[in-house]
Amino acid sequence: MSDLLQVTDENFDEEIINSDLPTMVDFWAEWCGPCKMVSPAIEELAKEYNGRIKITQMDVDGNRQTPARFGIRNIPTLMLFKGGKVVKTIIGAQPKSHIDEELKKLL
Amino acid sequence: MEDLIIIGAGPAGLTAGLYAARSRLRTILFEGLTLGGQILTTDFVENYPGFPEGISGFELADRMKLQAEKFGLEIQNQEIIRLEFFPKKNVVVTDKQNLESKAVILACGATPQKLGIEGEDLLIGKGISYCATCDGPFYTNQEVAVIGGGDMAVEEALFLTRFASKVHLVHRRDELRATKLLQERILTKEQIKIIWDTIPIRIVGKNEVEGIELKNVKTDEVSLLPVRGVFIFIGYNPNNALVKDHMELDKLGFVLTNNDMETSVPGVFAAGDIRSKLLRQVSTAVGEGAMAAFAAEKFLEK
Repeated sequence: MSDLLQVTDENFDEEIINSDLPTMVDFWAEWCGPCKMVSPAIEELAKEYNGRIKITQMDVDGNRQTPARFGIRNIPTLMLFKGGKVVKTIIGAQPKSHIDEELKKLL
Repeated sequence: MEDLIIIGAGPAGLTAGLYAARSRLRTILFEGLTLGGQILTTDFVENYPGFPEGISGFELADRMKLQAEKFGLEIQNQEIIRLEFFPKKNVVVTDKQNLESKAVILACGATPQKLGIEGEDLLIGKGISYCATCDGPFYTNQEVAVIGGGDMAVEEALFLTRFASKVHLVHRRDELRATKLLQERILTKEQIKIIWDTIPIRIVGKNEVEGIELKNVKTDEVSLLPVRGVFIFIGYNPNNALVKDHMELDKLGFVLTNNDMETSVPGVFAAGDIRSKLLRQVSTAVGEGAMAAFAAEKFLEK
């Protein structure tokens, strides 16, 4: 597990839906190799966008409701939220530059 | 100027890095997105010698990384944007810096191939998967289809029986290509039904996968198989974007090398899944990684 803020089913609405800042959630699990491939990039992006976009993770193993609510069937999935709404979904391990481009559009 | 830059941190790249570090070459290994490589999507590796109980793909990659770092290998996580090849002065452009290196080892691996049929792109994320270890648990008590007939397809179909109520293995021929031992396992597994001589022609569903349209290649009969998930394991495409315009490739795009892992560009070597070869395994990747590092060392001494 990384240093990123881990959101849960319980605090998802508070941290993500009601967030003043745009947010990104990286849905991951311990068993998922490709999730570990994107993690370093997500952590770097979290630092680069600190204070502008809230970048978080959710472990789908311990949290079943939120992935089901958003119909998530692949991990890693990155979901970008603005004003409580999903504005972009990135499926699978993508290069950092690709994620960065999508984050820029959130600002 | 570096002696050697290795691109890719799967078994081939990490083994090359281990050998290069022990040879005291000035080496940097870039892991970019390929960290761990394809091995990370393999649940359990049971044909890598020395691990009679088997080992998880992730743990094996992690141990290889630790071992290489123990001998001083420098590993950086950067995305490679571009490679330029010049004699004994290759340029590696990453998202953070430009570097020069006398030799380069390509160990960028390969990516699962798509079927290329209607509905596939539309339904990615909605019931289509190329990684059973990642996405299997989302299909608990549901019916799924696996497409393919090689080792990967059979292994992943067996893995999916942990979650899915039923696994349909769709294979275009009347016999499997997979290793005999894996065939024995799958043929005796009640939860798995093999659909022979059949290819998928369309993935059906609007907001999520509802089924898959199949065609029997012998009778031309078309049928609909209702499943919630489709797992595709029909082979690999080489991750050759950085090099495809610079060196000789086979007709599928894999990098051609000689027995010493030399590509058609002097001072540039290739190892692992990106290479044109008969068998893509951890065991073959590590041998090639060692060979590539040794050949690079000889090249540097010239």
